[in-house]
Amino acid sequence: MKVLVPVKRVIDYNVKVRVKADGSGVDLANVKMSMNPFDEIAVEEAIRLKEKGAAEEVVAVSIGVKQAQETLRTALAMGADRAILVVAADDVHQDIEPLAVAKILKAVIDEEQPGLVIAGKQAIDNDMNATGQMLSALLGWSQATFASELDIDGDHAKVTREVDGGLQTIKVKMPCVVTVDLRLNEPRYASLPNIMKAKKKPLDEKTAEDYGVDVSPRLEVVKTAEPAERAAGIKVADVDELIAKLKEAGAI
Amino acid sequence: MHDAAQAGPGAGPAFPEIREEVAKLCARYPSAYWQKLDREGRYPSEFVDELTQAGYLAALIPEEYGGAGLPLSGAAAILEEIQRAGCNGAACHAQMYVMGTILRHGSEAQKRQYLPRIASGELRLQAFGVTEPGSGTDTTSLRTEARRSGDRYIVNGQKIWTSRAEHSDLMILLARTTPRAEVKKRTDGLSLFIVDMQAAKNRGLTIRPIRTMMNHSTTEIFFEDMEVPAGNLIGEEGKGFRYVLSGMNAERILIAAECVGDAKWFTERSASYAGEREVFGRPIGQNQGIQFPVARAYADMRAAELMVREAAALYETGADCGAEANMAKLLAADASWAAAEACVQTHGGFAFAEEYDIERKFRETRLYQVAPISTNLILSYIAEHVLGMPRSY
Repeated sequence: MKVLVPVKRVIDYNVKVRVKADGSGVDLANVKMSMNPFDEIAVEEAIRLKEKGAAEEVVAVSIGVKQAQETLRTALAMGADRAILVVAADDVHQDIEPLAVAKILKAVIDEEQPGLVIAGKQAIDNDMNATGQMLSALLGWSQATFASELDIDGDHAKVTREVDGGLQTIKVKMPCVVTVDLRLNEPRYASLPNIMKAKKKPLDEKTAEDYGVDVSPRLEVVKTAEPAERAAGIKVADVDELIAKLKEAGAI
Repeated sequence: MHDAAQAGPGAGPAFPEIREEVAKLCARYPSAYWQKLDREGRYPSEFVDELTQAGYLAALIPEEYGGAGLPLSGAAAILEEIQRAGCNGAACHAQMYVMGTILRHGSEAQKRQYLPRIASGELRLQAFGVTEPGSGTDTTSLRTEARRSGDRYIVNGQKIWTSRAEHSDLMILLARTTPRAEVKKRTDGLSLFIVDMQAAKNRGLTIRPIRTMMNHSTTEIFFEDMEVPAGNLIGEEGKGFRYVLSGMNAERILIAAECVGDAKWFTERSASYAGEREVFGRPIGQNQGIQFPVARAYADMRAAELMVREAAALYETGADCGAEANMAKLLAADASWAAAEACVQTHGGFAFAEEYDIERKFRETRLYQVAPISTNLILSYIAEHVLGMPRSY
């Protein structure tokens, strides 16, 4: 089985995000970019399936600016076998919306014919949480979102989902789209020999036009604002003081 | 692919993809790990094993012997990133460069015997026995002697400040094979040997740990009729001093890179704390008295970083880089110390609390004013060899 893993290049989670002066979005010029952390978990899961013998090949796909090839090299260094970069934007500030991403991914999947797609449940930059679901609809495949456990059993996948009420386990028919949550695994870092090997692994470069997908935005960002600053907390010595403070604040 | 060290103005740090993965590895060894080791005076075996397994300590070993075959600037990037993450590469940095002696001067048989096993981590070669109680930088006056007897050498003498000897399988040893009175030049008559420390333990080799102001696993070593097979001689007998000198530039450049990493760690801490800590109703970072030392240390670090880059680039072309390697070490050690000072002052009393890691890093980075060569000796070198002034010692 071939596993396809979409990965997105996003602002690094350690970077303090700054909103652009005109409110059109966040400033991405000269900031550290990394692989979306949920996608790292997806790559890790795909590699583990391969190591267990449940998959033969792991293909990483990224859609965005040309520099996303660095993100793909990271996936290759972790253990993906090859990568496909679909260049769909010149400017890092131009976000490709989930529907356009899902359409391009569908086109890639039509060519590649993977048996499974593992994706991050959402990207940490705009938290859309939509691409995996849209992709499954476009493909007509089953979907299992927010996975915290994944087992492949013949032509079915058993997926434990993290839902509001707790954990839900479902069985879906393959091929399917699985989107992964934080607790599925702890992604590996790449070893030095694997970083060196990754430089020699194939990385195909395509464009959105190659797949005939229009990536012009359908959504308009009206305003971007920083969250309200939180006031600093205080430390209390004991429970009595805590209760007193809560009463003072009118919380109880 | 490997020309990153020669990147032009404005180029970001070399080997970003390697730095990123090293940072991920280091994130698994947080403050609490290092604080506990420091309290217990214990060697960071878990950290060193993980770095070894991930191939990072074999960065400089050529691919044909099982390493990654990176240029020196790649190894520098790894060590800088380790320090920047708050970890301590001093526990294992020598595993990267001590093997260079075998690589450059060893026989093909010695290379095949040792390098692949050093690369895999099966053997640790991170002890270098040079300094003696009676000879520091004045290396040629060392007294440890190796006397040829049939197919072996018999070694007697003593070494001091041999770091990581208890955590090393092999040691490179410098000993006198021809008495000083019988050689024409004082740099002649010294030879280098590969010592199998496991085999020699309790057979003429005694290691005694020395407790120091930081957790550095340094030792003194005694040799009493310790036997070394003649086949473990590196290169030609009597030329050992030259072989040692040829490895020093790499060591200095790598340690300079560690100092740059330390300086970055201190300055990131200083800037972040100064922005958060409020006294008299405003962040202390708003005071120029706090800002200026931190800003100056940052500028010092950037200048040192460029000199490290220059020295590494020269080293990689095979050109003589003695002056640049020494200056890189001098500037980087000064920059890390200035950054450490500023960090302590910025944090006030909190800098002394173990949980902030500052006092530990402060003690650790102080070493590089002294080792592997003292700042004064570098100044003497520049005066004599770069500026043509009279030799001062």
